[in-house]
Amino acid sequence: MSYKILEKKQIAPQVHLMKVLAPDVAKAAKAGQFIILRIDETSERIPLTIADFDAGEGYVTIIFQEMGKTTKQLAKMTDEDVLQDFVGPLGKPADVRKLGTVILVGGGVGIAPVYPQVRAYREAGNKVISIIGARNKDLLILEDEMQDASDELYVATDDGSKGHHGFVTEVAKKILDSGETIARIVVIGPPILMKVAAGMTAPYGVETIVSLNPIMIDGTGMCGGCRVSVGGETKFACVDGPEFDAHKVDFNLLMSRLGLYRSEEAQCQENHNCTCKGGN
Amino acid sequence: MAARQPMPHQDAKERARNFDEVALGYTKEQAIAEASRCLECRNPKCVQGCPVNIDIPGFIAQIKTGNFDEAIATIKLTNSLAAVCGRVCPQEVQCEELCVLAKKGEPVAIGRLERFCADHEREKGVVPPVRTQPSGRSVAVIGAGPAGLTAAADLAKAGHAVTIFEALHDTGGVLTYGIPEFRLPKSIVQEEVDYIRQLGVDLKVDYVIGKIKTLDEMRNDFDAIFLGTGAGLPKFMGIEGENLNGVYSANEFLTRVNLMKAYLFPYHGTPVKRGKKVIVVGGGNVAMDAARSALRLGAEEVSIVYRRGEDELPARKEEVENAKEEGIVFRLLTNPVRILQGENMTVKGVECIRMELGEPDESGRRSPVVKEGSEHVIDADIVIIAIGTSPNPMILSGSDGLKVGARGNIIVDESARTSLENVCAGGDAVTGAATVISAMGAGKLAAQTINDYLVNN
Repeated sequence: MSYKILEKKQIAPQVHLMKVLAPDVAKAAKAGQFIILRIDETSERIPLTIADFDAGEGYVTIIFQEMGKTTKQLAKMTDEDVLQDFVGPLGKPADVRKLGTVILVGGGVGIAPVYPQVRAYREAGNKVISIIGARNKDLLILEDEMQDASDELYVATDDGSKGHHGFVTEVAKKILDSGETIARIVVIGPPILMKVAAGMTAPYGVETIVSLNPIMIDGTGMCGGCRVSVGGETKFACVDGPEFDAHKVDFNLLMSRLGLYRSEEAQCQENHNCTCKGGN
Repeated sequence: MAARQPMPHQDAKERARNFDEVALGYTKEQAIAEASRCLECRNPKCVQGCPVNIDIPGFIAQIKTGNFDEAIATIKLTNSLAAVCGRVCPQEVQCEELCVLAKKGEPVAIGRLERFCADHEREKGVVPPVRTQPSGRSVAVIGAGPAGLTAAADLAKAGHAVTIFEALHDTGGVLTYGIPEFRLPKSIVQEEVDYIRQLGVDLKVDYVIGKIKTLDEMRNDFDAIFLGTGAGLPKFMGIEGENLNGVYSANEFLTRVNLMKAYLFPYHGTPVKRGKKVIVVGGGNVAMDAARSALRLGAEEVSIVYRRGEDELPARKEEVENAKEEGIVFRLLTNPVRILQGENMTVKGVECIRMELGEPDESGRRSPVVKEGSEHVIDADIVIIAIGTSPNPMILSGSDGLKVGARGNIIVDESARTSLENVCAGGDAVTGAATVISAMGAGKLAAQTINDYLVNN
């Protein structure tokens, strides 16, 4: 199969947005789900959470950060290029219901998957307080969109270049301390952020949901590579998740498993650079 | 009686370090010599052992007289995947077990002869099939594995418009993601799939039924459905240390190596951990495939850890022999108790316990009993769990009324009908993990039932 890239743009340093024509996926997609793509015959399959979708226009939006060989290669693609494979929607949709006031937290590129949830929670009749954060203001993405979609928006940057000087979890804690009744907190971002957030909210007894992004291949429950430990039970993030109760997730295991192929990734990177330098 | 023709093989030492096909196939002379061993029984038993009813004496007689083109045509009347079956069927418990020669000595090498015919045709160039007059009816086949491909081929031959929906990016199911290149070259699988395409079957990959569309929606879109979704859900043992880095399900390990071609990393982008000391838990074909793949990836020592004895190994006999020749260590009557953790949540070994065989269980095999105080540690940096798979439940999301059993297997009647009208099922999705050929037999049966249904409704 092949899937056309309708639009590709850089939205922050090393962060890119891509709209991919995939009408069947767009029609079925719901907030919280993900897709798996493969650039060409020799590429690995990588999972990315759906950032937006338009059933009418038939496209799905993904947002990704250049990390390894595959995302760097993906970043070089432009409008009209085609992806070999684009499978989805995978995973269970987010459990969006009317709950009252909900805090949605997005860290780094984690802001992207939070965005459709903000809209969904709002449409379900919730008051949505969004908190987004990044290392600095240049790395903040979707700020305008989040502003429009949320009832309240807070910004935090690690270096203080915009909004609160510090972490998104500190902003969330302030809201919890203010006494406002919060029915649920959804946190999506780097595993360490989700781990810290889970630790922060636990004493408050607020339901906390995280979206996990372990290594996976097929995304349909076949390989078990994405297994995570939740409440002492082994779960497959691709079919049982990707969203889980943050207070039950073993984040240390998640982080260690995410680092499994670090040496191979380095080798791949090196090989890739060599090929590039070698020219034709 | 002349002795059975041996299968030419790649040298064991050499092949243990490459992914090229191990068995090289018969020459013409060998094929004729082997075919000439057939006694042409008046009442041939071998056909009864074939789940797809190949006219075995018929094609063997054609080989005898050198009519190889006719021989493959005979096979293809009932089997659309001859090159695959000739390589991976467990003939010793099917057609060859019933061969009259097996009573006194070695049976006719039916599987090798089937492979010879398919390879002969492929070398010459496969003649495209003649398409049947369209019936105007449509059938959706879910899953492009052996069951789905067989059902699709038979339904297309009957004139129905068949669309196969496959969740992965490539077709073949377990033939592609599970069975390694050295046992079943992927180019052969692709040629078989191409043949099915030439019958007029439409193949859609990247299409996850249960996610893009539910089964109920599919039932509205098509006149009939065949579910060949396989048994893709890997089982784990539930022992300590199973989530450590370096513990794979056989499904993941083999999918990385076969479907994603991790043995060609970094040219192919998917990595796989190359262990020095690898332990594979289990004794079936999947365990043999995983062990032999790990060896080819450069492991110094690969062990099969299996809780029963040699006679109970469920793997195809030829693969056990091949594995032994290549230097795989068999640690039989041994069972893992826990996986030991090394630095940074990696694996450093497996604590095992010795077993003895007790009374036969309900499957007729003697069940293993723990030998107290026999705990011992085997060093390992990679552990592969190959103790079986269960049917993938994804197809069930959003389909009311499809009856499934306690193990998640789809329940069907003797004609492959499920609890839903116009929906049939077959293969591992119904039986749990079994063989390629039994899945193909089920696909055939279901195609017959669906065809009858379409003709009568």
